[in-house]
Amino acid sequence: MGFKNYCFKKSLWVFHFGGASCNNCDIEILDCLTPRHDLERFGILLVGSIRHADVLLVNGSINTRDKERLIEVYNQAPKPILVVAIGACGCTGGYFTESYTFAGPVDKIIPVNAYVPGCPPKPEAIIAGIIKLVQNS
Amino acid sequence: MSKKTLIPIGPYHPLQEEPELFKLYCDGEIVKDIKWETGYNHRGIEKLSESKTYEQIFFLVERICGICSNSHPFAFANAVEEIADIEITNRAKYIRSIIGELERLHSHLLWVGLAGHFLGYNTVFMWAWKYREPVLDLFEMISGNRNSYAMFRVGGVRRDIEAIKIPAIHKVLDDIKKKTDLLTGAIMDDPVIHARTKGVGILTKQDIIDYGAVGPTARASGVAIDVRKDDPYAAYPLVNWKVITAESGDVFAKAEVRLLEMYESISIIEQCLDGLNKEKEGDITIKVKEIPEGIGNGRAEAPRGEVFHFVQSDGSSSPVRHKIRAPSYVNIATFKKSCIGQTIADATISLAAVDPCYCCTERMAVAYDINSGERIMNANELINESAKKTNEIKNTFNSQI
Repeated sequence: MGFKNYCFKKSLWVFHFGGASCNNCDIEILDCLTPRHDLERFGILLVGSIRHADVLLVNGSINTRDKERLIEVYNQAPKPILVVAIGACGCTGGYFTESYTFAGPVDKIIPVNAYVPGCPPKPEAIIAGIIKLVQNS
Repeated sequence: MSKKTLIPIGPYHPLQEEPELFKLYCDGEIVKDIKWETGYNHRGIEKLSESKTYEQIFFLVERICGICSNSHPFAFANAVEEIADIEITNRAKYIRSIIGELERLHSHLLWVGLAGHFLGYNTVFMWAWKYREPVLDLFEMISGNRNSYAMFRVGGVRRDIEAIKIPAIHKVLDDIKKKTDLLTGAIMDDPVIHARTKGVGILTKQDIIDYGAVGPTARASGVAIDVRKDDPYAAYPLVNWKVITAESGDVFAKAEVRLLEMYESISIIEQCLDGLNKEKEGDITIKVKEIPEGIGNGRAEAPRGEVFHFVQSDGSSSPVRHKIRAPSYVNIATFKKSCIGQTIADATISLAAVDPCYCCTERMAVAYDINSGERIMNANELINESAKKTNEIKNTFNSQI
């Protein structure tokens, strides 16, 4: 295990990028932090700036307007950064693949480390995704 | 001209879960003007809808917004049923209303939590979201999913609420009533919350009428507008309930209206469950062979206000035109009235008080110096500013004691 990967073992700080989403995934991500699931006991914290983050959560289909901003956010992130695509829209584009504003699923725009499918994924699924991410990084 | 500062909030920042940009133009600490930019959440839903069949559109409109993921199918079903002149069964009406009111419960709890967060009361946020979980469990029991319930179809609902599930629903409702008492007590009696929210972000009755605001935003200013009463649909005319209004139009009134509405929702659900017992089990859908040519208007009262769907059909399997108007679209315009003249710390809660839903409308907010264009504040600092003010007020109260 290299030093960089060792850093990912504890206290992941998460920045949340909501693309053109329906809010369901956003709410379920927040739900992970509230008392029933309480991801904060593992040191996982939602932060306000990408410059503090270890993980970039992307959810929602990415439209033409979001695309350049997603690339900018990714470029600002301290590397290495783990990118997680949450929900059907983040993984593939979901129901909005045929939309005229659709600018490609997340992995066509920036490299993605993990996918959590579901519409929306349950908090348990998001937690399972993060555990796999930590174990495999 | 005095020096003005531009504070941008968004598009991607922790104040709003969704992308939207508010630009606050400030002179010192006072907000002088506000502008907003949307389009970060544009998904072309109206156009997509023209390429889907009526049954598929229910899944599409459900994904307009995850929090009110029942209101859009509700309004769409009302519109299509107006075209086809369908009268659904009583059991389906009750089930539709139960789902609609459960959604209002979880949405208002969510708002109470977020409002607490913006004021610097993270405990309220955690508690409200904890109490919201049992409602989501009910949804999971009834529909199989915590959000996006896929309960609606033309001519009825997809799933029944069997008699065996009803006691569990009653139990959760009783529990939530107690928790709502607790939250209402905590919020209504707290002198700090009074100081932070009373007289803040006031919208007068005339402002509401001028801007055409709807939902709890309008009701908090004494305008008793509620689609459930004004244009009754589903089971709302079959049960007893009243429209909650408040007079002062400030943030406190908006919180009060939402909290009291939760009691009404609980009472509506209980009456609907009693109504379900009288109807035959399984009688939830009627057969619809085709949607004839015509136009239909569908309305539904979402937790945030009136959702309006217009559907034009040419007799084929997809609509020719599908127009959607979400409540936040009109409510967001009231920011011009509620935020200007306030301090930056109060602008945060004034923006949040409307419960703007950007995925419904599309949305964001940040601070720049208007002369140099230099960024002076980010969203986190903005929330901190709000929390700081609460702390100051708290300390003043403590020192008085």
